[in-house]
Amino acid sequence: MEKFTTFTGVAVPLRRSNVDTDQIIPAVYLKRITKTGFEDALFASWRNDPEFVLNDPAYENGSVLIAGPDFGTGSSREHAVWALRDYGFKAVLSSKFADIFKGNSGKQGLIAGEITDEDTQKLWDAILRNPGVEITIDLVHRTATLGDLTVEFSIDEYTRWRLLEGLDDIGLTLRDESSITDFESRRPNWMPKTLPALGAK
Amino acid sequence: MTKTNLTLAEKVWNDHVVVKGENGAPDLLFIDLHLIHEVTSPQAFDGLRLAGRPVRRPDLTIATEDHNTPTIDINKPIADPTSRTQIEALRHNAKEFGIRIHSLGDIEQGIVHVVGPQLGLTMPGITVVCGDSHTSTHGAFGALALGIGTSEVEHVLATQTLPLKPFKTMAINVEGKLRPGVTSKDIILAVIAKIGTGGGQGYVLEYRGSAIRSLSMEARMTICNMSIEAGARAGMVAPDQITYDYLKGRVHAPTGSDWDEAVKYWDSLATDSGAAFDAEVFLDANTLDPFVTWGTNPGQGVSLNDVVPNPDSFTDPNEKAAAVRALEYMDLVAGTKMKDIKVDTVFLGSCTNSRIEDLRSAADIIKGKTKAENIRMLVVPGSARVRLQAEAEGLDKVFLDFGAEWRFAGCSMCLGMNPDQLAPGERAASTSNRNFEGRQGKGARTHLVSPLVAAATAIRGTLSAPADLEEN
Ligand code: SF4
Repeated sequence: MEKFTTFTGVAVPLRRSNVDTDQIIPAVYLKRITKTGFEDALFASWRNDPEFVLNDPAYENGSVLIAGPDFGTGSSREHAVWALRDYGFKAVLSSKFADIFKGNSGKQGLIAGEITDEDTQKLWDAILRNPGVEITIDLVHRTATLGDLTVEFSIDEYTRWRLLEGLDDIGLTLRDESSITDFESRRPNWMPKTLPALGAK
Repeated sequence: MTKTNLTLAEKVWNDHVVVKGENGAPDLLFIDLHLIHEVTSPQAFDGLRLAGRPVRRPDLTIATEDHNTPTIDINKPIADPTSRTQIEALRHNAKEFGIRIHSLGDIEQGIVHVVGPQLGLTMPGITVVCGDSHTSTHGAFGALALGIGTSEVEHVLATQTLPLKPFKTMAINVEGKLRPGVTSKDIILAVIAKIGTGGGQGYVLEYRGSAIRSLSMEARMTICNMSIEAGARAGMVAPDQITYDYLKGRVHAPTGSDWDEAVKYWDSLATDSGAAFDAEVFLDANTLDPFVTWGTNPGQGVSLNDVVPNPDSFTDPNEKAAAVRALEYMDLVAGTKMKDIKVDTVFLGSCTNSRIEDLRSAADIIKGKTKAENIRMLVVPGSARVRLQAEAEGLDKVFLDFGAEWRFAGCSMCLGMNPDQLAPGERAASTSNRNFEGRQGKGARTHLVSPLVAAATAIRGTLSAPADLEEN
């Protein structure tokens, strides 16, 4: 995974709460078996509406989403993060994220930064005064800066460290392989087993 | 500091810590059971192949086909090529990595959250994960069951562990006795309406109290299933005799002295009397009505005897804006009686309400009744085994005589990935768990209901409770 320190890009105001992952990427796009190429699927239904924010040319190269509370609720589909990433988003700011979405973002290097409702409103106001304006996400200092407005965001400390270092989770866990083997040897033998398959001898 | 009085969730957690996280690092937890389906796994297997990693514990992993599968003509090749490719990818991956798979046509095929419990693989005190948010269903057994994303699926395949941050705990106390016609679905819809879709965020919920204790395993699964709809990471119910009776004799349940040893352990899991929860919620079961949703998230629900709420009645500006938008999408006017809302399709199915009890309870109501002219009703059993059992009990005949469609097992119209979808603007009473915009088809409108309300609605053509049938 690439290291993330700071990033500057066009801020997009998504002034909606409860943006569930079915809206971020509708189920019909989940049939693909690749992990990339989901940019066309992002907010697919909403993009049919000419008024939808991503259809505004000012936000054409949007890469930082500022959304209302309860972003990423619902289905656990990591495709929601892939779609945001493939479209070009590097960070999402919201006052509240669904847990699974937040976890999935961390795995894919998409920053999910939590800000206050007040700061959300301030950022929205600042963007709407100047559509297409850029924002800088600084993971080192956990700040988002837009013109002379700087807000702090919070992100889980461990996730932040991993993203700053660009570390892959599986590699990290495999450093503890002997502990896993140890644990396995202590498990009671009545614990569920799926193999041998039913009917097999 | 070690706590002496622990909650159920904390006990299960502690018993699975492989490496304790230090300096803010997550704990590494062992995963006892990993359930897999076609939609969220292909990219995970690809990741393994790229890194040259094997599946660490194929014997703790099981796959089934559910999200994409057709519910008619299952003996024919899947018509939609992208769905077919995805199913074939799962079959191929299962074979390559030595994982047991229950494919279309197999008696154990079905919705992943119906299959685990029915096989007796889901047990108290274990950790269960699946690349699907409704993994919370398995918490009904007192398991810690978490929905995960595809990167985590790959992580579990490779290591049989997951790095996890401890959760907070919330007690959902439901005391009293449900009135006739009120079900566990109504309990959970009322809980979500009360705490909101983000109310459980960061928490593992534990459902407690006399109303929960008297519920069957299937009814408990319905409740735990929708924990995720309150934003929670998981939902749990402490195991008891009802749990053991359900498990005993299932193919993968322990036997002989193993069973006795297991029960001894399971009995130790209940929350200690002095344990403190981080938050508590109370709900009175005695006064609960059948609950239905009016909006586009599962928290937007009211009593069936109520009216569509006025957005101005919400003080929170975000909730108010969401209500305005929801009413527009749902094509509803504030003040309309919920019972006056006319429905086009009734869907009885999904991992929330597609088990045998759900089918029985709905069949009981429609037996000998006539379906409303305007209604199309789809009955989709949760698994092939449930379907067979229902047929053995003659339930298929009840549904067919009524004029409903009797389908093969799968997720079906719950998310409309297969051809079972609503047309734009169509309105459904659905026993599933999500009423999001477009969930059941582009432009489709969903009201979440219990199987009893679904059945009564199919008879009257408008959202109805079984009690409304007696009045005519
Ligand atoms: S039935 Fe619906 S909610 Fe359940 S696993 Fe399938 S798609 Fe998900």
